[in-house]
Amino acid sequence: MSYRFTEDHEWVLVEGNIATIGISDYAQGQLGDVVYVELPSVGGDVSKGDELAVVESVKAASEVYSPVSGEVVEVNGELEGAPTLVNEDAMDTGWFAKIRIKDASEIEELMDETAYKSFVEGLDE
Amino acid sequence: MLNNVGRPTQPMETDDNMVTVETFTGNHGLALETPLIFEQGVPGRVGVDMEEPAPVKSRLGNLARKGEIGLPDLSEPQVLRHFVRLSRQNYAIDAGFYPLGSCTMKHNPRINEKVARFSGLGDLHPLQPASTVQGALELIDSLAHWLKTITGMPAVAMSPAAGAHGELCGVMAIRAAHEAKGETRLRILVPESAHGTNPATAALCGYKVDAVPARKDGRMDLEAFAAKLGPDVAGVMLTNPNTCGLFETEVKQIADMIHEVGGYFYCDGANLNAILGRVRPGDLGVDAMHINLHKTFSTPHGGGGPGAGPVVLSEALAPFAPLPYVVQGEAGFELLETRHGLAKDSFGRMKGFHGQMGMFIRALAYMQSHGADGLRQIAEDAVLNANYVRVGLNDMLNSPFDGICMHEALFDDSTLKGTGVTTLDIAKAMIDEGYHPMTMYFPLVVHGAMLIEPTESESRETLDQFIGAMRHLLERAKSGDVAYFQGAPHFAPRRRLDETGAARNPVLRYSPSTEEEKGTAAS
Repeated sequence: MSYRFTEDHEWVLVEGNIATIGISDYAQGQLGDVVYVELPSVGGDVSKGDELAVVESVKAASEVYSPVSGEVVEVNGELEGAPTLVNEDAMDTGWFAKIRIKDASEIEELMDETAYKSFVEGLDE
Repeated sequence: MLNNVGRPTQPMETDDNMVTVETFTGNHGLALETPLIFEQGVPGRVGVDMEEPAPVKSRLGNLARKGEIGLPDLSEPQVLRHFVRLSRQNYAIDAGFYPLGSCTMKHNPRINEKVARFSGLGDLHPLQPASTVQGALELIDSLAHWLKTITGMPAVAMSPAAGAHGELCGVMAIRAAHEAKGETRLRILVPESAHGTNPATAALCGYKVDAVPARKDGRMDLEAFAAKLGPDVAGVMLTNPNTCGLFETEVKQIADMIHEVGGYFYCDGANLNAILGRVRPGDLGVDAMHINLHKTFSTPHGGGGPGAGPVVLSEALAPFAPLPYVVQGEAGFELLETRHGLAKDSFGRMKGFHGQMGMFIRALAYMQSHGADGLRQIAEDAVLNANYVRVGLNDMLNSPFDGICMHEALFDDSTLKGTGVTTLDIAKAMIDEGYHPMTMYFPLVVHGAMLIEPTESESRETLDQFIGAMRHLLERAKSGDVAYFQGAPHFAPRRRLDETGAARNPVLRYSPSTEEEKGTAAS
């Protein structure tokens, strides 16, 4: 599987019917040092576009929106003690939550890596 | 570079050519260090000799304190010196230029202070009988009258303690108005550029916050706003002028659109200074707006005093205003304290007493010493000064939105791209130049934002020197002197603080054991 991205800089990695969600390396760079991550409760339902988490850096607090609808099955508890993981490894161990996907077609609407890369380049101009 | 009296300034010393001299005491001339007050206590030392109180029979039962209270034992001069030393490390509007955007750090005129200290006002107690404080109640009533006149609104709630408390008051009145109609509404619309307190207020009142994006010209996107409107929308919270320093030109239309779906228009009045005497929010269709007396009406803030956030209300929301409030009865002025008569629909009480009396006095003194023409000139000069700064810097810094700004000039960090210097570094270097930094990284819709609000208080000489200092810093940044900026501030009582460490591992409470365990004894 490969990463998919939203215009709000969340990434999704799908394995079976589980979507792992985090924020992109570009997003962590823009936020600066992350100091706190507020995670959703396991078992809760989210719809695509709902607030999934809040990430707070020395500059700002930003919402992380769920790129897919479904049930939160796991959250990355490591982030509570070590929010720095989001800066160090945003695309892997800095993940936020795992969601059991309700509607796989929502994934198809997201950008692939190439599209996201040119989207980000467009922002920097 | 000349300073503002025309004499050449000394060449700036950098770390490279500055000889570091360590002193025995750690003090550096007039820059005096002071340990934490808890570390200065000596058991048994006292400030005032008093006889042991006669023993009384305790009625506290098992609520009586069991351990030590943990306060340091200190003499009077120790306490005085500690706080005087700390105060000398502080920066204040009384010491220098303080262009903190959206905070309106204007001069606090001394006549306000003189009036507030009149014994007939300064020595009152809020629990005195109303018959003994008729003058004070009349003063609250006069201030209320002028706030209503200036804003063109029919009612005002005086008790809210500051801006965010005022927002809470306004949104609680909106909720009460919907509930009185038997309606439950779920959403409040807030533009992306709003102060963070707006969404926080809406959320605290139980509403779902729905963010409305900004347009390319820095105003709220009207189409996106229209698309979000519906019968479940309780209201919109809009700052005008907004935090990009721009007047929301379609504000009338926004008011009409929210009213059409039965919602209310909350206007964040944080930036009222820019439109004072020029625009009446009541004419724009506003239903509720807080007025930061500590910004627009010059009462001290930012560590200098409490805020005060009266909220003007439309006819529709006035019946729900919080208790208590001043009314003129048969026997003179009185405070309505309970939900009866006029106040039968009040949503309740937000504060123990009637509001920040000391700030009311100062705000009224400010209004009356300026007069109507003076208040209007405040807005004009504030806008003129902001545009003077904007034009003085806009060949070196990029304004994300075209055209004339209101009370504050907004720049992005595109000019710093590739230099290795960030907005934060510029802010720290401003401290070395003797300025309080501008607001940075806000509003969030602008990359690396620098928000500069000079206010009307500053002279052209001060602004010229500030513009000169900023140009000097930007040239230095572009010349590749990254090390200078990363080392800034060089001349502040403390160098660059570890903000990330402080946020990730906040130590909010002093305790000797914590200090030892962590091995981070204060130095």
